[in-house]
Amino acid sequence: MKQQESKFQDAVDWYISGFAAFEENLNGGSQLPFHKLRKKAVKKLSENGFPGPRDEEWKYTSVAPILGQAFGLPDAPATESSLEIAPLTFEDADRNLLVFVNGSFSKGLSRLTSQAEGVVVCTLSEALQNHADLVNASLGLFTDIGTGGFTALNTAFAAEGTFIHVPDNVELTDVIHIVHIAEPAKPFVVHPRNLFVFGDNTRASLIETFHGQGPGSYFTNLVSEFIVGDNARVDHLKIQQESTEAFHVSNVNVQQKRDSVFSAVNVDLGGALVRNDVNVELAAEHCETHLFGFYLGSGKQHIDNHTFVDHAMAHCFSNELYKGILDGQSKGVFNGKILVRQDAQKTNALQSNKTLLLTDDASINAKPQLEIFADDVKCTHGATIGQLDDEALFYLRARGISEEMAGAMLRHAFISDVLEGIKLDAVRQNLDAQIIERFTDVKSDS
Amino acid sequence: MLKIKNLEVAVEGNQILRGLNLEVNAGEVHAIMGPNGGGKSTLANVLAGREEYEVLAGSVEYNGVDLMELGPEERAHAGIFLAFQYPVEIPGVSMSNFLKTALNQTRGARGQEALDAMEFFSLIREKLKVVNMDEKFLSRAINQGFSGGEKKRNEIFQMAVLEPKLAILDETDSGLDIDALKVVSNGVNTLRSKDNATVVVTHYQRLLNYIVPDFVHVLVDGQIVKSGDKSLALQLEDQGYDWVKDELAEPAAA
Amino acid sequence: MSTEQETIEQFTNTEYKWGFTTDLETDLAPKGLTEDTVRFISAKKKEPEFLLEWRLKAFRHWQQMQEPDWPNVNYPPIDFQDAYYYAAPKKQEQLKSLDEVDPQIRETFDKLGISLDEQKRLSGVAVDAVMDSVSVATTFRDELKKHGIIFCSFSEAVHDHPDLVKKYLGSVVPYTDNFYSALNSAVFSDGSFCFIPKGVRCPMELSTYFRINAANTGQFERTLIVAEEGASVSYLEGCTAPMRDENQLHAAVVEIVAHKDARVKYSTVQNWYPGDENGKGGIYNFVTKRGICLGDNAKISWTQVETGSAITWKYPSVVLKGDNSVGEFYSVALTNNYQQADTGTKMVHLGKNTRSTIISKGISAGRSNNSYRGLVRVARNASGARNFSQCDSLLIGDRCGAHTFPYLEIHNKGARVEHEATTTKIGEDQIFYCNQRGIDTENAIGLIVNGYCKEVFRELPMEFAVEAQKLLEISLEGSVG
Repeated sequence: MKQQESKFQDAVDWYISGFAAFEENLNGGSQLPFHKLRKKAVKKLSENGFPGPRDEEWKYTSVAPILGQAFGLPDAPATESSLEIAPLTFEDADRNLLVFVNGSFSKGLSRLTSQAEGVVVCTLSEALQNHADLVNASLGLFTDIGTGGFTALNTAFAAEGTFIHVPDNVELTDVIHIVHIAEPAKPFVVHPRNLFVFGDNTRASLIETFHGQGPGSYFTNLVSEFIVGDNARVDHLKIQQESTEAFHVSNVNVQQKRDSVFSAVNVDLGGALVRNDVNVELAAEHCETHLFGFYLGSGKQHIDNHTFVDHAMAHCFSNELYKGILDGQSKGVFNGKILVRQDAQKTNALQSNKTLLLTDDASINAKPQLEIFADDVKCTHGATIGQLDDEALFYLRARGISEEMAGAMLRHAFISDVLEGIKLDAVRQNLDAQIIERFTDVKSDS
Repeated sequence: MLKIKNLEVAVEGNQILRGLNLEVNAGEVHAIMGPNGGGKSTLANVLAGREEYEVLAGSVEYNGVDLMELGPEERAHAGIFLAFQYPVEIPGVSMSNFLKTALNQTRGARGQEALDAMEFFSLIREKLKVVNMDEKFLSRAINQGFSGGEKKRNEIFQMAVLEPKLAILDETDSGLDIDALKVVSNGVNTLRSKDNATVVVTHYQRLLNYIVPDFVHVLVDGQIVKSGDKSLALQLEDQGYDWVKDELAEPAAA
Repeated sequence: MSTEQETIEQFTNTEYKWGFTTDLETDLAPKGLTEDTVRFISAKKKEPEFLLEWRLKAFRHWQQMQEPDWPNVNYPPIDFQDAYYYAAPKKQEQLKSLDEVDPQIRETFDKLGISLDEQKRLSGVAVDAVMDSVSVATTFRDELKKHGIIFCSFSEAVHDHPDLVKKYLGSVVPYTDNFYSALNSAVFSDGSFCFIPKGVRCPMELSTYFRINAANTGQFERTLIVAEEGASVSYLEGCTAPMRDENQLHAAVVEIVAHKDARVKYSTVQNWYPGDENGKGGIYNFVTKRGICLGDNAKISWTQVETGSAITWKYPSVVLKGDNSVGEFYSVALTNNYQQADTGTKMVHLGKNTRSTIISKGISAGRSNNSYRGLVRVARNASGARNFSQCDSLLIGDRCGAHTFPYLEIHNKGARVEHEATTTKIGEDQIFYCNQRGIDTENAIGLIVNGYCKEVFRELPMEFAVEAQKLLEISLEGSVG
């Protein structure tokens, strides 16, 4: 095989050269079984490097800006943070908080209520020590590091994150909110690694938010794994509000078992260069998946959402709706792939992607993709790209609403059906308010 | 013409017909009435040969042959016509192409010559009059974008073209206003003759004011529990179906 | 005898040198591909220096290129050195009438359903039949000449209109474009050339029948259509091939140039040998087709019905450069048994208020794989651009695959782009409805499939539409259990 021209050898070398020091700092962590997977990931990274523009899945997103900077791991945190956590939390969703500052768990800012018998909610580092069997049974099972790249990089350096284990027949009453805060005194990379295991007949709701505080460049390289048991119901809301100089790459992998329902809402508001991958495997019959997302791009933001819905078994339903509003010189990418395998008869898969372009400098590359190998299925996808409806705008203005407000109202209306996917009222209202503020604040330069 | 004996039918594992008996002779019009879920549409569909309907027991003899042995198109060729309750839409296939194929395959199966385009269209024009339909309708795709009334008229129009021996009208009156009902009934009455028979499946007595039946049967819980002449329909209209059920329950209790 | 028939006979008699036989004592270039092969072809065709140079540049470029691996198709590696790159029918003395045409050829044409006799009766259709890469029949040329229309084989155009060829060849599909277009540019054998001068509406449908005939001969057709300002033409291309056991490579290039206010409609029915029911044999069809709307208000429309070939790799495209120009793509692609098709279009919007429509209907049966791959690109300055795409897939059986890969690259806020795709199977209730009216299942499927493709068929010229419907039915035979 000829070597791929763009594996970003310098960046690969840079990260691998830091692995020995990382290993030493693990304080015995290198003796744990998980470390074998880290070493395998290092090998894959050195073999395959990072994806280049000729890689179909990265055709529209160049990772050169991320790899052009020599990000190191952040310094160990100074005792306790003086951060005010309250503004970052949501009413009705603040009883279980796990707060990570620059990748390290902040005990002082976090709070956890007592959980039902057998439920584990803790950091990954603690879980690797105290719940090794539970972790080792599942960690890395559904994340593909074979092609190298960012998932391999995360796996190699994964040391911290959140571990949740909910045993069969337990319904979590309270929402669990995981807060990631970045305060970049100097550029750094963090590799949060989450493992969420939900047993049969369980119910849980997770919120994960990412906040950038203050200026400065950093890189969040997240990998999350969800195992959703038989008849389990899991909601996941991810809100990305990194700072305008930040890079955010996330890889969320979900495996659903029989009769389970997984609902995700992915919101992108921040970040200079953002790439999200959500991969859902409907691995048994009668699964239901809801993937919602919206992204607001402005300035020179580049926001790339890739979703992959893998219908492996029959009688499943998936519904996907992603919407984007792109202002300024921002660039959006949407790639939605639906695979219906041969055994997945009676699949019903819907996908819709809609984008508003507000300026001539904004652009969108969309690739909704269907790959169907079963004949008794109903699959549709649609993609539209357009502008605010001039007639609606005129109508509102004719009723005395300012052009700016009318535009804000229409933009808000455009994403409202995605917002409806957020089931927690307080969270939705909070986000709603933020968005309206942003729409009335940011003027389009048209 | 049609002899149904002790017919038991299940759909997706649920038994719907539980020992139904019915005999229809040439020249007769039978009305099958009954509450929803009683098995009326099941009877219509199983006679037309829909595959999802599983015959558990009993027999259906049609002009001396075992009807259940025939595929749906063979039944059509033998003269059985079902006017569907919910006619399906088939995008892109024009009515004229569809009818020409249907007619000529049926003629072929009966050992008749296929009609050429001229003969076909003169036949079609004549039959369109039966249901007051415009010729433009022939270039439209099957049932696509048709109103409810148009769909039902289309069914009767097809019946006129195919000239069946046994026509089964499955809730053909549901969703029709009175004018459309008259058109449809008129169509059916025009086609009535001593050689063919009609089975009208309906929930309402209204239709029977226009298509006057020789016999009325009440189908409840998968069986015909009462038969009579057209006055039975009026009685049902007046008093509902409960009294029939009560009447059934009484002797059992006694 | 009508004057039209006389015209045909006259031209087939006088203009053309009939006489190769289907036993095919073809004049083959030596096997393999080197610079010498390219020189051999060029010399054989007595080409001017500029063309040889162009071919050599293309060849050298091709040597640097790699075969593309991105299409969603699989096939064993092609040994490009294990093929013949030139086969010409031997020329014999002139024939006095059609009756003198080798009966075997007549028979072959009859089998293909396009016998010359039948063609003669098709009024208003000029026929340029290509057999084994060299044109063997051209008709109606007189009539066309009166309008100043040039319609001839590519080789003739090279000799008679070298300036036009030099000006337009490679102007839409440069030899650097892709692996197969480079290969074609180096070794193309013949094809058609069509030039419609300013303001002329071509009075008849132009038609060429291609056919692959000699074993192991890659076919490299080259077609160039130029419509000057205000000109319009409808061009038909139909292909069939006889049974053959080895895989055959076909890498054609079609270029269309539409100047201001010009209209070009290009229709194809492709029915090459798809291989047998076990996937043995069949044609490899790697085609580059592209048109450019150079001037304002120009329109290029592609319609294709693809039922043949073991592998199809083909994306008829339109570059919408002129303001208000229009591009259309209507496609039916049917795959059965082990066929693989990766086909679609590219609509590249450069000018203002440009519009494009894409209607793609894929039908997969057997163990085949059918992919739609399309690109809609709206460039930064293409304000007011509009695109509507509809890509539907129909699956028959559960061993086949249907894939949709639409790429939407939108860089202008004034653009409106809509893409819709559905995948369905034929509804059991639809089949039952037909059954109930006395139509058997095979015919019911034929009806439903033809209905499903109607939006595309109605874009085809009448006689093609009928042929296309027949083709679908034949191609689906035995696919329904």
